[in-house]
Amino acid sequence: MTGADAIVKCLENEGVEYVFGYPGVAICPFYNSILESSIQTVLIRTEQNAAHAASGLTRVSGKPGVCAVTSGPGATNVITGIATAFADSIPLICITGQVNSALLGSDVFQEADITGAVESFVKYSYLVRDANDIPRIFKEAFHIANTGRKGPVLIDVPIDIQNMEVKKFSYPETVSMRTYKPTVKGNMVQIKKVAAELARAKRPIICAGGGVLLSGGEKELRTFAEKYEIPVVSTMMGIGVMPTKHPLYFGMVGNNGKPYANRAMNESDLLLMVGARVADRAVNQPDLITNNKVLVHIDVDPAEIGKNVGPSIPLVGDAKHIFDDLLLQDFTCEHRQWIKTLEEYRETMARKRNPNPAYVDPAGFITLLSEKMEDDGVYVADVGQNQIWSCGYHIVKKGRFLTTGGMGTMGYSIPAAMGAKLAQPHRQVIAVCGDGSFQMSMMELATMRQHHVPVKIVVLKNNYLGMVREFQHYNYKDNYSVVDLTGSPDLEKLSSAYDMKFLRLENMAKVDEMIDEFLKQDESVLLECIIDPMDLV
Amino acid sequence: MKKIYSVSVENRSGVLCKVAGLFSRRCFNIDSLAVGETDDPAVSCMTIVSSGDKRTIEQIEKQLNKKLDVIKVKTFDEAASISRELLLMKVKYNKSNRRDIMEVCEIMNAHIVDMSKTMMLIQMCDTSERIQLFINMFKTVSIVEVARTGTLALQKCNETE
Repeated sequence: MTGADAIVKCLENEGVEYVFGYPGVAICPFYNSILESSIQTVLIRTEQNAAHAASGLTRVSGKPGVCAVTSGPGATNVITGIATAFADSIPLICITGQVNSALLGSDVFQEADITGAVESFVKYSYLVRDANDIPRIFKEAFHIANTGRKGPVLIDVPIDIQNMEVKKFSYPETVSMRTYKPTVKGNMVQIKKVAAELARAKRPIICAGGGVLLSGGEKELRTFAEKYEIPVVSTMMGIGVMPTKHPLYFGMVGNNGKPYANRAMNESDLLLMVGARVADRAVNQPDLITNNKVLVHIDVDPAEIGKNVGPSIPLVGDAKHIFDDLLLQDFTCEHRQWIKTLEEYRETMARKRNPNPAYVDPAGFITLLSEKMEDDGVYVADVGQNQIWSCGYHIVKKGRFLTTGGMGTMGYSIPAAMGAKLAQPHRQVIAVCGDGSFQMSMMELATMRQHHVPVKIVVLKNNYLGMVREFQHYNYKDNYSVVDLTGSPDLEKLSSAYDMKFLRLENMAKVDEMIDEFLKQDESVLLECIIDPMDLV
Repeated sequence: MKKIYSVSVENRSGVLCKVAGLFSRRCFNIDSLAVGETDDPAVSCMTIVSSGDKRTIEQIEKQLNKKLDVIKVKTFDEAASISRELLLMKVKYNKSNRRDIMEVCEIMNAHIVDMSKTMMLIQMCDTSERIQLFINMFKTVSIVEVARTGTLALQKCNETE
C-alpha cells in the first residue's frame, strides 16, 4: 500500500462520498489510487470552487467536505475558498499535492509553500513527511475540522510521500492531542447565572449566529425560545435558525438587516448572543448592545467572547449543549408586552420598496420563489445586492439558507449549490446570484453538465456590479467607476452551449407561471431575471 | 500594560512562525521573544513580552490558546516573575579606561569573557532594565557590537502552584 492508497483508505473510513478537485502531477498518485475506491471524484473547473463545493456539501450534510488539488497554482487557487470557509467556520479537508520532499524549499516547478500561505486561514495544517503518519494525520484532521469552532484543515502531501510504501495501515479509533480539547458543554455556574438573569429580564432577546446551525442546535434554541417566549433575531449566517414566519422571529440584524430587528436588539434589557462574533456588519456600534443591558455571550470559541464587545456573562460552549442545559433550568418569566411591542415594530417598521414595474422586482420575486420552493429546499445566495435581497426576502420554511457572510466571496453560490445537491440529491437546490457573481463561477456549468448535477440557477441581471454601484451612488455621488458589466455573455446562448434549459423573466407580469416553470424542471435550468440597474437594496 | 507570556509549544518546525504570525496578523506587539527547548525535548518554551490594553492582553492569551501547537499559556506581570536577559558586548579599550571598565563590570556584576590587545567582550545576565543601564554606562566608551537575548522569565516560586 502506498501513501496515496492510505489517503484514500482514510477518506473511506471517514465515510467520504465525494472529492472535489483538479489534478496535476503532484497529486496524481492520489487521483490514481482513488480510481479503485467507490468515492466519486468531481472535476471542478477552477480550484477555488472545489473548496466552495465542498463547503456546500458540508453545510447540508454536516460532514466535512473534501477537496484535493495539485501543488503550486492549484494550491494557491484554492486559498480564497479556504479563507471563505474559515471566515464562516465551515469544516473542510483540503488535500494539496506537493513537490518531492527532497526538493522542498528549492523553488522548483509548481512549488508553493502552501502551509505557510494558508496559516491565517486554516484551523490547522499538516505537511506530511512520512507516509506512515497518514492515518493519524487524517484522523486528527477530520476531528479538528469538525469539532469545537469548526474550520478548514489543510494537508500538504509531497509526491514521494504519496508514492512511499506504508508498512501497516490501521485507522485510529480515537484522537489524542494534548493541545486540543475544545469545550462544548457550558459551565453550570454560568448557566445558572444566565437563568437567573432571564428570570429577572423584562425584555430579553436571543441573537442567533451561524454557530447555532454549526452546532446543530437550532431545535434546542427554538424549543427554549418557545418555552420561555423569548423573541429571536439572527445574523446573516444565522438565517434559518428559526423559520422566517415563526411568530417569535424578528428578522436579521445589521447594516443590511431589518430595522425592527436592530431596534429589538437595542431596546432589549438582556441579549443572549449565541454563536455570533459581533462583527461590524451585524453590530456596527458595539456599545449599543452593552449599554443598559445584560449581555450574555455564548460561543464555542473563547477568543470570540470579549473580542469585539465585553459581555456581562461569558459562556463558553456550543449552542446545542448550552440550550439543552438551559432547558433543564427552571424559572418563570413573562414578556407578553415586550413581544407585543416587537410585533408592532415588525408591522410598522418594514422597509417599503418602490419597485419599477418595467422590471422584475427582486424582493417580490425572491419572496414568491421561496414561497413556492419545496419546504426543505436549499437556497444558496451569492454576494452582492442579490445577497441582501435574498437575506431580506427569502422565506425559510424547513430548508436551509446558505451564503458566505464572513468573507463575502463572489461566485460562491453555484459551486456551493452543486456540493449541496450532490450531498442530498432529493432536495431542491437553488443558487441565486447576480450577473457579476455568476460570471465568477460560470465555468462550473460544465461541471454540472459533466456530473449531472441538476442545480437551478437564478441570475438577477442588471448589467452592473450592483452592490458597488450602490455604494458609489451613496458615497461618490453617482461617479460610477469600473462597475459596468457591458460585454457579459448572452445567457440564453450560454445555457444552450451547456445544454441547459433557459428561461427569462422581464417583469412581474408572468412571475407566477415563470417560477412554476422554473421549479418543475428536473434538469439544470437557468432563469434570467432582468432587474432595474438603478435599484437599491 | 506589560505582560509576560510563557508559552509551552510542541517542539516542531514552523511553530515559531505560527506564533509570530499570529502576533503580526492581529496587530499585537512583541517587545521581546526568547525560545528554547525545555526539560522535555518535545516541548519548547517561548517567552514573549508584549504590551497593550486590557482587551488586547486578554485576546493575546485566548488567541495563543487557540493555536493547536500551543500546549499551555501562562500570563504574568513582571512583578510576579523573575526575568533575565543575557548581554554580550564587545568594546574597545585603552590603557586609560581599562580600569574604569573593569570597575563598572565589577559593580554591575558583569564578566569579561574574552579580550585582545584592543578589545574586550563582556557578558552580563540581568534584568532588562539593568542591562540597559549597563549599556548606557558604556556610551562614552566605543562599543563595537552588542548582542542581547529576549527576556526569559518564570513565575516566582509560589507554594500554591
